[in-house]
Amino acid sequence: MAKIKNNKDLIALSEKNIKENSKYSKTVTICAGTGCCASGCLEVLTELEKELKNKKLTNKIKIRATGCHGFCEQGPLLVIEPNNIFYRHVKPKDVPEIVSSTLENNKIIEALLYIDPATSKKITKETNIPFYKKQERILLNQNKLIDPCNVNDYISINGYSAFVKVLNTNNPENIIEEIKKSGLRGRGGGGFPTGRKWESCRKAEGSPKYIICNADEGDPGAYMDRSVLEGNPHAVIEGMLIGALAIGAEHGYIYVRNEYPLAVKNAKIAIGQAEELGLLGKKIFGTNFSFDIKISRGGGAFVCGESTALMASLEGQVGEPRAKDIHTTERGFHELPTNLNNVETWANVPSIINNGAAWFAKKGTKDSKGTKIFALTGQIQNTGLVEVHMGTSLKKIIYDIGGGPLKGKKIKAVQTGGPSGGCISEKLFDLPVDFEALAEAGSMVGSGGMVVMDESTCMVDVAKYFLTFLVDESCGKCVTCRIGLSRMLEIITDITEGKGTMEQLELLFETAETVSLASLCALGKTAPNPVLSTIKYFREEYEAHINKKECPAKVCKSLITYKIDNKVCTECNACLKACPHGVITVTNGNYIINSDTCTKCGICFDTCKFSAIKVN
Amino acid sequence: MKTTISKILENKISEDLIEVLQDIQAKYGYLPEEQLLEVSDKLSIPIIEVFRVANFYKSFYLEARGKHLITVCMGTACHVRGAPKFVDEVLGQLGIKPGETTEDGEFSVETVNCVGACALGPVVILDGKYYDHMTPGKLRALIKRTKGK
Repeated sequence: MAKIKNNKDLIALSEKNIKENSKYSKTVTICAGTGCCASGCLEVLTELEKELKNKKLTNKIKIRATGCHGFCEQGPLLVIEPNNIFYRHVKPKDVPEIVSSTLENNKIIEALLYIDPATSKKITKETNIPFYKKQERILLNQNKLIDPCNVNDYISINGYSAFVKVLNTNNPENIIEEIKKSGLRGRGGGGFPTGRKWESCRKAEGSPKYIICNADEGDPGAYMDRSVLEGNPHAVIEGMLIGALAIGAEHGYIYVRNEYPLAVKNAKIAIGQAEELGLLGKKIFGTNFSFDIKISRGGGAFVCGESTALMASLEGQVGEPRAKDIHTTERGFHELPTNLNNVETWANVPSIINNGAAWFAKKGTKDSKGTKIFALTGQIQNTGLVEVHMGTSLKKIIYDIGGGPLKGKKIKAVQTGGPSGGCISEKLFDLPVDFEALAEAGSMVGSGGMVVMDESTCMVDVAKYFLTFLVDESCGKCVTCRIGLSRMLEIITDITEGKGTMEQLELLFETAETVSLASLCALGKTAPNPVLSTIKYFREEYEAHINKKECPAKVCKSLITYKIDNKVCTECNACLKACPHGVITVTNGNYIINSDTCTKCGICFDTCKFSAIKVN
Repeated sequence: MKTTISKILENKISEDLIEVLQDIQAKYGYLPEEQLLEVSDKLSIPIIEVFRVANFYKSFYLEARGKHLITVCMGTACHVRGAPKFVDEVLGQLGIKPGETTEDGEFSVETVNCVGACALGPVVILDGKYYDHMTPGKLRALIKRTKGK
């Protein structure tokens, strides 16, 4: 790869790539994100490559393996351009037909089309699918246009032009002003105004300065940062370059979870390519600006998503947060000024520079601008990544884009913001999703996880789940978080086991308040949110556990028993085979679950096709 | 004589401790004591600090693990879709709880808080390969298929 030395070189390279791609009559885009890889896209890719080679079509048809398209539930996904034909659940055995029918003869394969569950109609074009149609995909749309391991693809869609623009004008204050005007706020959870953060780091004394990309997406139920870093690593690098220039930083780090191997790999490749092109390194384009990026793999601690803990971890120490009386923008990594933003925040920067602050500020609400990516998961039809304007209602996200509840179920809540967030009742689904509205409802936007829950989820169990998570992940530095959360877990365990009292519920409240007030870092301060919000919106479930010793959702093991109704039972033996603990026996033709040894895992219940297993 | 981890330690400084530990674990499957002593020596970090870091971070293991590793994702999305059942299933099939290894050293099981494949939950990972939309039955078949391999 020849080095780029100026804007002209970049434009020339972009034009060359566009011309090269135009020689293909069709492009097959195959999603190769972690989700689709799990559902077998790589086998489809291999088969497709083989088939095109056999039929000598490789110079006519281009295959592009991209990052996450977002509609993970339907994976493996395949989009054929120029006609935007969308195939889902593609298997390797479908490949020969795709090649002979669609690629060679423009014939649509009906069986591979998406069926809209609302209308039962088949949809051919990707852009017509309600899940995509109702989104505002600015960042995510780039994913399917580029092969993350090919920098030329990114350059073809205007990549690195924003950086070259700011490098040429070399006016750091202007960049910061532009970011401030755009209203961009941190996408990692706190929602701090990005421009102000950059400004304070620029003004801070000390050298060298550092910038960090936080890709330690520890919130269970969130994976937008993984998908962006995996699918569009150059946008993150470009954002960091612009930030570095604005702040005056010389070194950058991407701190990424080791549980995201593909993101680590793609980011590494991207950094290597940017270095080769001369976009990273010493004296970039012959100017005085030098910047490098290193990758640091996290050790798997939730607390390391907190900025001071992350920096301690980067220094090779245990990830314990410190008090933020002095901001990390003044004294952070190695006691030097450090600016940390998360993946999505960095990736938004190039488009803001290219399109202008006003373009970005036009989207969203008064105080929350732009678009935000959410990971829509749980008990809902369409799971996947959703990018919408800030301020879009929960209802639109969950019902219009997410397709509503699973068959025969009713959605009762959505959990947002991970362990720092809370559960929002469906009664409040008209709420606009922005930083302030969700905080007022007792939750938070957080990094953007949205786990939808229906009546089969017990809200007390959800609170217990998060407390178990938090007790496990508390770094242990401060007493209220370490001990307070453990006491809270004990109380809630009592409640789920039918041993709770109403006095304990009050104690739970009090303890939660103390943990929230007295903990050192934001993780401790927000840790009681899942408990407080479930009590706020689902108090009747708590009371049922306490007063009636009942779990309305039939989840809490101590409060339920499984029994086989031998009148309904067809003696198919499925439960007998399925029980992992061998507690189902047959006596005189009657199937019986031994209640003494049954662990109440519910596997038999899920297995029985005849509803012969009853939960009491 | 060059030790087997000298390559891992090449050009590394104390700041790189976590990366070094990750590389050692990738090589051995866990963090053997002998290698940790060498890390302490070469990077000039007190051994107690090396152990502290190794203990603090979830992804490190101080004991050898089984030939096959079953990872059950316990993220919120997997949880509400029934992830706890897989812990039961493994317990029933192999008699081990998360963090344990079967006596014959064939399987280890662990839980993780989220692998970021939330839309496909519940997810179980066996030796690095992701299995989506898992059911206890599918997991049982998977364990059977893997046994002895």
